[in-house]
Amino acid sequence: MAGAQGRNGIVAGWLPVAIAAALFAFFVSLAPEVAAGRAPAVSWDWLPSLGIAFGFRVDGLALTFALLISGIGALVLLYSNAYLAGHPQYARFALFLTSFMLAMLGLVLAADLIALFVFWELTTITSYLLIGFIHEDPKSRRNALQALFVTGGGALAMLAGFILIGMAAGTFDIAAINAAGLQAHPWYGAILVLMLIGAFTKSAQVPLHFWLPNAMAAPTPVSAFLHSATMVKGGVYLLARLHPSLSGTEAWLWSLTLFGGATAVFASLQAMRQTDLKQALAYTTLMALGTLVLLLGQSTGYALTAFAAFLVVHSLYKAALFLVVGCVDHETGTRQVGVLGGLLRPMPATALAAALAALSMAGIPPLLGFIAKEIAYASAAQSFAPLLVAATLLAANVLMVAVAGVVAIGPFWQRARGPLPKAPHEAPWAMLAGPLLLAALGLGLGLLPGPVQTYLVDPVVLGALGPGAVPAELKLWAGVNLALVLSGVTLALGIAVWLARGAARRALERALGALPSLDAGWDGFMDGLKAFAVWQTRIIQGGRLRVYMATMFVVVAAAVGGSMLLRGALPAWPDLSDVTPQNVVLLGLIGAGSVLAAFTGSRILAMAALGVTGIGVAMTFIVFSAPDVAITQLLVETLIVVLVAVALLRLPQLDPTGRPSFRPWDAALAAAVGIGTTLVLLAVLQQPLDLSLTAFFEAASYPEAFGRNIVNVILVDFRALDTFGEIAVVVIAALSSYALLRTTAPVWGRGPGGTRR
Amino acid sequence: MRSIILRTGARYICALMLVFSVYMLLRGHNEPGGGFIGGLIGGTAFALYAIGCSVAEARRALRVLPQNVAVAGLGIALLAGLMAGLDGDAFFEGQWLFLGGEVPGTYSKGALPLSSVLVFDIGVYLVVFGSVATLVFAMEEEI
Repeated sequence: MAGAQGRNGIVAGWLPVAIAAALFAFFVSLAPEVAAGRAPAVSWDWLPSLGIAFGFRVDGLALTFALLISGIGALVLLYSNAYLAGHPQYARFALFLTSFMLAMLGLVLAADLIALFVFWELTTITSYLLIGFIHEDPKSRRNALQALFVTGGGALAMLAGFILIGMAAGTFDIAAINAAGLQAHPWYGAILVLMLIGAFTKSAQVPLHFWLPNAMAAPTPVSAFLHSATMVKGGVYLLARLHPSLSGTEAWLWSLTLFGGATAVFASLQAMRQTDLKQALAYTTLMALGTLVLLLGQSTGYALTAFAAFLVVHSLYKAALFLVVGCVDHETGTRQVGVLGGLLRPMPATALAAALAALSMAGIPPLLGFIAKEIAYASAAQSFAPLLVAATLLAANVLMVAVAGVVAIGPFWQRARGPLPKAPHEAPWAMLAGPLLLAALGLGLGLLPGPVQTYLVDPVVLGALGPGAVPAELKLWAGVNLALVLSGVTLALGIAVWLARGAARRALERALGALPSLDAGWDGFMDGLKAFAVWQTRIIQGGRLRVYMATMFVVVAAAVGGSMLLRGALPAWPDLSDVTPQNVVLLGLIGAGSVLAAFTGSRILAMAALGVTGIGVAMTFIVFSAPDVAITQLLVETLIVVLVAVALLRLPQLDPTGRPSFRPWDAALAAAVGIGTTLVLLAVLQQPLDLSLTAFFEAASYPEAFGRNIVNVILVDFRALDTFGEIAVVVIAALSSYALLRTTAPVWGRGPGGTRR
Repeated sequence: MRSIILRTGARYICALMLVFSVYMLLRGHNEPGGGFIGGLIGGTAFALYAIGCSVAEARRALRVLPQNVAVAGLGIALLAGLMAGLDGDAFFEGQWLFLGGEVPGTYSKGALPLSSVLVFDIGVYLVVFGSVATLVFAMEEEI
C-alpha cells in the first residue's frame, strides 16, 4: 500500500499532515505557560467603531481543545491519506478537512464573540462540504443540507444572543464578559435561551439531535474528526466558554441537566439498537455530548474536572474507534454487526486498538476512561439532585459498556457469521498509526494521569470557576467509595446487557420504533417549505409585467401619498409668479407627450410620445442651467427609444382590438403617482433649502479638485466611491441582461466571406 | 429592411460620434461632459452602427467583446481609486501631476494636468460604453 499513499501527491497528501503536526507542536510548547495561569493573546482592531476586535487568546479551555483538534487532526489527515488513497478528488478532501481544522482552531481560540461566530459558521460550512463529499449520492447531499440548516439556524439564534450579550456587557471581549458575569442582567433569560439553541444544535442535544447520525454519510475520517472529536463539541465548548457568565442559576442548572441527561440516555438506547457499527458510534457520541452538557450544568470542582477529563478521554477513544471502524470497513467492505467476525487473526493491530479504545469507553481500570467515569460519579454525589444525575449517568454508562462490547468484541473475537465482501487483511500503517496511538494514550494517561491533570484539566477548571476553585484529583485508586461501587454496578449490568444484546436490540427496536421520527418530520417540514415557496412565487412572481408594474406603482402611491395625508404634510398652494412663457411651453410639450402615450393604440407611437416627454424634461434641465444632466437625459432617452423600439416592434398592438380602450384603473393609478410625486416635490421646495453642500462644492471644486465642472468633479472626485459602486451596478446589470437575452452564441463575422450582409 | 442611406451614413456618423465621445470625456472636468456622457455617446454610436449595418459587422468593428470592455473599465476605475493608496492618501482621493507650465508642479497656465481622476473617468467611460453596447448587441441579435 506504500505506493497508494504516493498517489495523493506530496502537497495534498502530506502537507496537511505537516501543518497539523506543526500546530500541535506549537500548542504543546504553549502548555507550560498556560498551566502557570497565563493566557497568551494577540489581537487586532477589526470594527473599532463597534468595539469588535479580532483576537486569539490561549487559556486552559482553548488549549485543551486546540491540542485535541490539532493532534487528532494530524492523525486523521495521515489516516485519510491512506483511506482515500488514489481518490480522484483527494486534494479537495484534504483542502476541506484542513480548512475545517483551521476554522475549528479559530473557534476555540477566538477572544471575541463576533470572531467566534465567524469561525463557528466556517466550521458549519466546511462540515457541510465534508458531509456532502460523496456528492453523487442524493442521500449524502440531503444529509449535508440538513446538517447545514440545523446548525446554521442555531448559529443565527446564537448570533442574536451574542449581540444581546455585547449590548448587555458593553463589550464583545469574552474575558471581559466572563469577568463581569451576566446572571443579574434583565436580559439573562433571553441570552440563555439563545445560547442554548446555538449550543444544542451544534452539539446535537435532544430534540435537535437528528442531524448528527445522518452526518455519518461523510467518509469515516470525517466522522471521526468532525462529528465525534471536534466540531460537535463546539456547542459544549460554547457552554464551557460562557460558563462563568451564565452558570449558577436555576435555569442553567435545570436546562443543562435535563437536556443533557435526556440526550445521554436516549442516545445510549439508540446506540444499543444499531446494527451498523458507525451508526452505533454516532449515537454513543451523542451520549457523550449529553453527558458533557449535564456535567457543565453544575459549578462544582468535581463536575468541571469530570467535564474536562471526559472531554479528553472521549475524544481519544471515540476518534480511535471511528478510525478502527473505518479500517474494518476499508478492509472488509462492510460495517454490519451481523456479518462481521473473526477479524482478530487477519487484523491483529486493529483489534488491539479497538480493544484498548473500547476498554477506555467502557470505563475499565487502568484506562483514563475509568478515571473520568469515577469523577463523574463523584460529582453526581455533590450535585443538587444526586439521585437524578447518578441514575442518568449509570443508565448511560451501562449501555456504553454494552456498546463497547458490540464494537470491539463482536467483529474481532467472535466467529465469522458469513462470507465478507472482501477478504480481510491488515490496514496500512498510516491507517493504524492514528487508532493505535490514540488508544494507547488512553492507557498511558490512565496509568500516569499527571500531565492530563496539570496541563489540561486544572487550567480548564480554574478558568471556569475562578482561581479559588479546587479541581478533583485524577487517580486510579480513590479508595472504596460510592463511585467505585457505582463503577462495579455499571460493569456488571453492562456485561449483562451485552450478553443479552440480541433480546435488548429487539426490545429497543419495538420501543424506539414506535416513537415519532424527527427525521421524517424534517423531510415533511422541508417539503412544506418548498410547497410554500412554490405557492408564494406563483402569486408574487406571476410573470405578467403589468401586475409587477401595477404593484410597484400602488406601493409608491400609497407610501408617498398615504404618509403625506396621514401626517398632514400637504404643501401650501405654490407661488406661480415667476413662471415664464418658456416654462409653460415645455410643460405643454411634456403634457402632450404623456397624454398621447396614454391614449394611443400603437406601441411605436407610445414610445415616440414618451421620448418627447423625456426630451421635454431634458430641456427643462437646460433652462435651469444643468447641462450635464440634460445631456445625459437626452442620450438616455435616445437609447431607450432605440432599445425599446427594437424589442417592442415584435410585440402585438397595445390593444388587441385595434382601437384604444379606456383603462380607468390605470388612469387612476397614474394620476395618483403623478400627483403624489408633485405634492412631495412642492412640499420639499417649500422647506428652506440648505445650501451648505452646494456652497462647499462651489468653493472647493476648483481649488481642491482642479475642476470647474462641479457635477463631474463630484462624480469622479468628491464622490468617486459612490460612482464606483454605481458603475459596478451598471456592469452587473448589463451582464445579467446579457445572460437573460442570450440564448444563442454571438454572431462573429469571419473575414470577408463571413456573415456580411 | 436595411436602408442604404442609413448603412452608408452610419459608418461616418459612427466614427464622428466616437471622436466626439472622447472629446466629451476629456473636457468633462471643466466643461459639460465626462465619462458617463462620453460612454453613452460611444455606446449610441455602436448602436447606430449595429442597426444601420449589422450586429456582426459592429462586433467585428469593435474587435473585442463589449462586456469585456465594461469589466475592464470597472478594473481601471478601481485601479485609479487604489492609486491614492500608494501616496498614503485615502482611497479614491484624486492624485494630480502637472507637467510644464509657468510654475512647475502647480496648476498654472500651460501646465499639462494628469490625474488619477482622469483615469477613473476613463474607467467610467468604458463601463458605460461596454454596457450599452452589450445590451444593444444582445437585443439586436435576439430579436
